[in-house]
Amino acid sequence: MTVTVTTAGPLPTGDGPGSTDGPGDGTYDVTVVGAGVVGAAIARELAGHRLRTALVEASDDVGNGTSKANTAILHTGFDAVPGSLEGRLVREGHELLAAYAARTGIPVERVGALLVAWDDEQLATLPGLLAKAARNGYHAARLIGAQELREREPHLGPGALGALEVPDESIICPWTTPLAFATQAVRAGVHLHLNCRVRGIAGDAGGHTLSTSRGPLRTRYLVNAAGLYADEVDRLLGHEEFTVTPRRGQLIVFDKLARGLVDHILLPVPTAAGKGVLVAPTVFGNVLLGPTSEDLDDRTATGSTAEGLHLLREKGRRIVPALLDEEVTAVYAGLRAGTGQEDYRIRDHPGRRYVTVGGIRSTGLTASMAIARHVTGLLAGIGLDLGDRHDLPELTMPNLGEAFPRPYLRADLIARDPAYGTLVCHCEHVTLGEIRDAFSATLPPHSPDGLRRRTRARGGRCQGFYCGAAVRALFEGGRA
Amino acid sequence: MTRTARRVDVLIVGAGPAGLAAGAELAAAGAGHVEILEREAEAGGVPRHCLHGGFGGGRTGAGPQGPLGTPARTYARGGTSGPAYARQSVAAAVRAGAALRTGVTVTGWAGPRTVETTGPAGLERITATAVVLATGARERPRSARLIPGTRPAGVYTTGELQQAVHLHGQWVGTRAVVVGDEPVAHAAVATLRAAGVHVVAMVTDRPSAPLRVRRPGLPLLTGATVTALTGRTRLSGVELRRDDGRTTILRCDTVVLTGDFVPEHELARRGGLTLDPGTRGPAYDAAFRTSQPGVFAVGNLLHAVERADVAAREGRAVAVSVLHRLSGTELPTAPGRPLVVDAPLRWIAPNVTGPYGERPAGGRFVLRTARRLPRPRFLVSQGDRELHRQRLLVPAVPGRPFHLAAEWLDRVDPHGPPVRITVPGR
Ligand SMILES: Cc1cc2nc3c(=O)[nH]c(=O)nc-3n(C[C@H](O)[C@H](O)[C@H](O)COP(=O)(O)OP(=O)(O)OC[C@H]3O[C@@H](n4cnc5c(N)ncnc54)[C@H](O)[C@@H]3O)c2cc1C
Ligand SMILES: Cc1cc2nc3c(=O)[nH]c(=O)nc-3n(C[C@H](O)[C@H](O)[C@H](O)COP(=O)(O)OP(=O)(O)OC[C@H]3O[C@@H](n4cnc5c(N)ncnc54)[C@H](O)[C@@H]3O)c2cc1C
Repeated sequence: MTVTVTTAGPLPTGDGPGSTDGPGDGTYDVTVVGAGVVGAAIARELAGHRLRTALVEASDDVGNGTSKANTAILHTGFDAVPGSLEGRLVREGHELLAAYAARTGIPVERVGALLVAWDDEQLATLPGLLAKAARNGYHAARLIGAQELREREPHLGPGALGALEVPDESIICPWTTPLAFATQAVRAGVHLHLNCRVRGIAGDAGGHTLSTSRGPLRTRYLVNAAGLYADEVDRLLGHEEFTVTPRRGQLIVFDKLARGLVDHILLPVPTAAGKGVLVAPTVFGNVLLGPTSEDLDDRTATGSTAEGLHLLREKGRRIVPALLDEEVTAVYAGLRAGTGQEDYRIRDHPGRRYVTVGGIRSTGLTASMAIARHVTGLLAGIGLDLGDRHDLPELTMPNLGEAFPRPYLRADLIARDPAYGTLVCHCEHVTLGEIRDAFSATLPPHSPDGLRRRTRARGGRCQGFYCGAAVRALFEGGRA
Repeated sequence: MTRTARRVDVLIVGAGPAGLAAGAELAAAGAGHVEILEREAEAGGVPRHCLHGGFGGGRTGAGPQGPLGTPARTYARGGTSGPAYARQSVAAAVRAGAALRTGVTVTGWAGPRTVETTGPAGLERITATAVVLATGARERPRSARLIPGTRPAGVYTTGELQQAVHLHGQWVGTRAVVVGDEPVAHAAVATLRAAGVHVVAMVTDRPSAPLRVRRPGLPLLTGATVTALTGRTRLSGVELRRDDGRTTILRCDTVVLTGDFVPEHELARRGGLTLDPGTRGPAYDAAFRTSQPGVFAVGNLLHAVERADVAAREGRAVAVSVLHRLSGTELPTAPGRPLVVDAPLRWIAPNVTGPYGERPAGGRFVLRTARRLPRPRFLVSQGDRELHRQRLLVPAVPGRPFHLAAEWLDRVDPHGPPVRITVPGR
């Protein structure tokens, strides 16, 4: 297996594992722009075909854009707009990703969701939502009364009148997912080029020449999965179809000691203003409160604000009052790629050997694998010869989930290698063995943040008071 | 999963000043197998990375504290450096015969006095006749303080800063702002200067206090709240709002968030110990008993944060209670009355009355206030019964301990409501 992951210098040519129909002149058959969860899923899907595929990413890591900062829920799509592309892909994506996660060790917990009604008006909305779920092909939802609700969620604030139960809504690890896709893709021959921003695109009959921050790249087919910048990449090809409006979501992560307060994903009843603020467990054993919903025009505005945090705490106080007494572990914000349309903007451009994957707003993590299939179909439809499908090499990801045995609890691992019994990050129980493994992985981290997303090191309640300097020393040593 | 099961007489969790002193005292008193577990590769606790002097001995000794509580404006004055203090504490515990095991983390409980551990040698389950928790305290990081803004590199707590500079020799920045003005903030300034970092200013949201000692070359901004951090990959500034409404941005590439301590209470909570709402450490009485029979607690876990010699003194003092437990002469845990404080007081320690009216060390309680109180009066009451009145002749200042006499303890009704400490008229 030769793995091609580049981070600097001129781009290599596309001589991958030989395409059957390519000109063989170093041109990639397909190039995917953007290694978020969506782009990585597409690259992985393409890796199952005899194609020379490149995945190019502007930042120094995969999953470093919107994909690293979401609420990490594996949605059923029960509340999607019936008949929409998003609705279908979320539904399919849920099945595909749940199965993939089980195979590869991406942590998923099927905790279920409760859509809680806090007043009569909201209560009256629930039967309609139940019917909508059925129209979306989801039949496991049911209505529960105030008493059962209280039994299921004893820490819920006063005044909850009833709920819609959606037993298949799940929580998933947002960091392992794009990493698994990209790892499997590059192991199967996809070239990953990091620190490689696409700045210009010139087209001709044979395909596209991308000018990137690391030099030119030739490709026959192009997939634009650039997330918040999908409209800009579109414009590089002369398409003026939509504009991305970033919609910020700020979130508060509460300490692990709060986990016992919440057993389900507690969803608000949706309003015209959006899905609203939820309280949900995370696979890391914390509790999330958020997100806000703020339309902005700065695509880099991932900071938090005093007003945002205040609003979240007000909402949280209503939902689970005791949560507010718990320590806060982290605050972050993500930007949804809104396009003014209540659906994805996935479009093939037949004459142009080009597919736009835009407007993957608030469900892209869930839908990623289904989007990848859909996009691969579109590529075939506009003339890409996919050839036979073959199975990808099996993959097992390191487990970051609290519901599955982590290395520090595994006597077998520690007996083989004491580094798994040597804790470095105490709050998150991260061992030296895991940190070392991250550096020798197919896709090693290039920043302390990247290391955190692979191991959880330094991501806990002390935020480095105890382990920060030691983790940094390991990071600097691991990179050297 | 295979765990090795063992029994010991006394298990001490945490080898900081408190745990080491408890281990030394107990081993010397013949308490049997006394084992101290420390998750770091080296024992000694926080003093390991406090290079300044002021540990143990000298003016920081057990003598009565002057009006300004802790010695002067910093920890320094007399005593030895932190690392030397740590080494001495470790040596004393080992010399006395305590078994000290480093690199071993207590990860949870398997019973009321049975802990589970992870270390390079494998997993264990250790049952003890007495467990002493001495897990210390940490400073609240930026997230817990809900400071908004971007998430750049260059944001530290004092603990991380000291380890970066003193244990790892890491580069930490060029221009720093220190948030906080307690003694630990001055320790942060010293560490920054030792690392060649220019300290732009020290800022605190507290109002300007009379007679505040100004340090040459260190601007102190009072009444200034941090409203945001700015910068993309690296910190570029700290945004402040002054009490008069003005906003300022201090340009810097490093910020150190100091003080605002919280006990490292995960184990205590996971073990089901009752916590005190004020200290956020385990609720405890003058004999260092927690709500769980046979589980004791000492040091900064009880009251973030006091000086190292206070922690060590508690470590030695707990030995008496532990020895009673080992010999079966322990006083039964009767329903001690909680001691609660009203704002602006933040906490009192100990915070439970003992069943037989035991007095805390030195015959007095330790308190902290959230606001400066010039010559405050205190009222101690139980229900509508007044138990005690006391006036402090000096100001009570945030970030520094002050004391309340304990002579009223024998007037507490052991079946009555909680005992309240208030500052009337505030
Ligand atoms: C607050 C919030 C909560 C959410 N909650 C959920 C949830 O619970 N469940 C769920 O399924 N989804 C959720 N989502 C949605 C989900 O996170 C997104 O749909 C998904 O991450 C989008 O992935 P992406 O790959 O399209 O975009 P990104 O992850 O943003 O990836 C795009 C990548 O393209 C790169 N790029 C951009 N321009 C260029 C260029 N010119 N050259 C090279 N590279 C470029 C970027 O660097 C980036 O890495 C949430 C989103 C937010 C913001
Ligand atoms: C930055 C800073 C500067 C200071 N400067 C001074 C000074 O100049 N003079 C002074 O007198 N005092 C100073 N202090 C205060 C002094 O350090 C503390 O009072 C003292 O360290 C408290 O001792 P302790 O044993 O309670 O806790 P700690 O010293 O915090 O020790 C607790 C130990 O428990 C271990 N532990 C925690 N959980 C577990 C677990 N689950 N398993 C195994 N081990 C565990 C930790 O690793 C740690 O080693 C300073 C404190 C700080 C933070």
